[in-house]
Amino acid sequence: MTNGVIIQFNNVTKQYDNDPPVLKDVSFEIERGKFYTLLGPSGCGKTTILRLIAGFTEASEGEIFFNEKKINDIPANKRQVNTVFQDYALFPHLNVFENVAFGLRIKKLKNAEIEQKVREALSFVNLKGYETREIREMSGGQRQRVAIARAIVNEPEVILLDEPLSALDLKLRTEMQYELRELQRRLGITFIFVTHDQEEALAMSDEIFVIDKGKIQQSGTPTDIYDEPINRFVADFIGESNIVKGRMIADYRVEFVGKEFECVDQGLNENEPVEIVIRPEDMVITTLEHGKLQVRVDSQLFRGVHYEICCYDKDENEWLVHSTKKANVGDKIGLYFDAEAIHVMRHGETEEEFDRRLEAYTDVEPDGK
Amino acid sequence: MENKLSRNLYMVPYVLWIVLFVIAPIFLVVYYSFFDIEGNLSFINYQKFFTPVYLKMTFSSFWYAFLITAISLLIAYPTALLLTKTKHKQLWLLLIIVPSWINLLLKAYAFLGIFGTYGVTNSFLEVIGIGAQQILFTDFSFVFVSVYIFIPFMILPIFNSLNELNPTLLDAANDLGASKWITFRRVIFPLTMDGVKSGCQVVFIPALSLFMLTRLIAGNRVITLGTAIEQHFLVTRDWGMGSTIAVFLIISMFLIMIVTGTRKRGV
Repeated sequence: MTNGVIIQFNNVTKQYDNDPPVLKDVSFEIERGKFYTLLGPSGCGKTTILRLIAGFTEASEGEIFFNEKKINDIPANKRQVNTVFQDYALFPHLNVFENVAFGLRIKKLKNAEIEQKVREALSFVNLKGYETREIREMSGGQRQRVAIARAIVNEPEVILLDEPLSALDLKLRTEMQYELRELQRRLGITFIFVTHDQEEALAMSDEIFVIDKGKIQQSGTPTDIYDEPINRFVADFIGESNIVKGRMIADYRVEFVGKEFECVDQGLNENEPVEIVIRPEDMVITTLEHGKLQVRVDSQLFRGVHYEICCYDKDENEWLVHSTKKANVGDKIGLYFDAEAIHVMRHGETEEEFDRRLEAYTDVEPDGK
Repeated sequence: MENKLSRNLYMVPYVLWIVLFVIAPIFLVVYYSFFDIEGNLSFINYQKFFTPVYLKMTFSSFWYAFLITAISLLIAYPTALLLTKTKHKQLWLLLIIVPSWINLLLKAYAFLGIFGTYGVTNSFLEVIGIGAQQILFTDFSFVFVSVYIFIPFMILPIFNSLNELNPTLLDAANDLGASKWITFRRVIFPLTMDGVKSGCQVVFIPALSLFMLTRLIAGNRVITLGTAIEQHFLVTRDWGMGSTIAVFLIISMFLIMIVTGTRKRGV
């Protein structure tokens, strides 16, 4: 355990009664001062991890460490973490000032000190002058800020955020994403953010844990996870993907949709069945003869930044293309992509095996991907 | 126009009810309070009300109503809290509510049997060696039976407000360092104040005018305003004095309703 590690999970399992476990044998480390995101569909166990860290629920098996101390049996009110709840959970009978001061009053600080700290926290979240407002007089975005102020005023080492932006409208949500990221940088404390919104996760995090069915599927920086998804779930959940079945012919040679392509993957078994991912933005529309794939344009949506073009090849495989150029529905076009755009996924590969494989590539071609 | 007409039509039963059963009785009570026992117009009843006899009676009414409300609250709040944490809370609640469907007099007579000289309680006291006691016709039995009768009415509103409490608020308090007791004091209790208020209202006001129990259980040792009104109307036939007491009772009820009036806060 290095000095930078603040939270560590060792083989933690959470199971309610005789139901299938919500978390299965999960282990990970969280480093000090970073912005982490737990990303996954609803019911994947991400909120359970948060509740385990906060102390609202107990692990059925395994150990949880905080600052190298085991905290399995430490109650929530004695833990150095604060939570921003999904529905904010502000106290409706207290005004903004008293909501933020709640934790400080419990610590029995002097009034002058409380006053100063609360004002500081409120100006941190741009709510100066709102001290005497009632909670019901605040808008959704303002409540969100009060909830954040209430958490940071206690100067915790870790702040847990449970889908705090899900109730806001799109514009406010984007704004709050910037603000949260900025806030985390200024405070320099660890944020653990739970969300099911992959764009939010990619935009804000230093590190993302992609979780599904009670297991961490993949962890890494946003670019790592986006560019090198470990399996079909991650590829599908993060961003849009074209996923087809393929077969490894030899090192750097892969076969899919009945054709052979050059790729950058090696070290797999010969003839090993694999899955191929190609991101829609890595596909370039070209003429039929220049294209590596020949497809028919089926439909097209204008997404603002780009066109989302849905094509089918002669075997009726769907190919999604993101292009700034418009295509004509019904046309036959060619699709071109680089060897680097082809991402090969093995079936049932663990995270360690996957990382080892990726590292091996770097050894072979030092400037490669 | 038709809409307005039909709306007025729907108002008829409500207005009739209010006029016949609320405004008219109050008017009659006030009217009668200005007549003495011979039927002459006078303020003698109001003068009499401010004599020590009636003031003492008023005081004891308030005192017993307060005792009954306070004890009911002390028992009902923890009970309601416990109920919201049980698995089949609606069933448990129902079991507590069911006795309140039975007529008050029947319950009073039941206690005559239980607390009587040869009743179950005394037999039990004999067995454990304390010996028979005079339980019936004491302050204790009066308060005990009254509390027993009023408790469901206290539990119900408190249970409802506890049940509506957002459980995340408790997590939030816990997260901010509050122990169980501080969470209760700073979050749970203030947020269920409305339930406590309406519970106190529905217990205190009827307790103020209790009269049958004072005779059956307290053996007229406890004389409240309710008893006095009954006596004046049925025994001494001094309707004027009875009405005067009723006027004061009505005024105090309104005052209590204003004081405990619910001001809803929050989201």
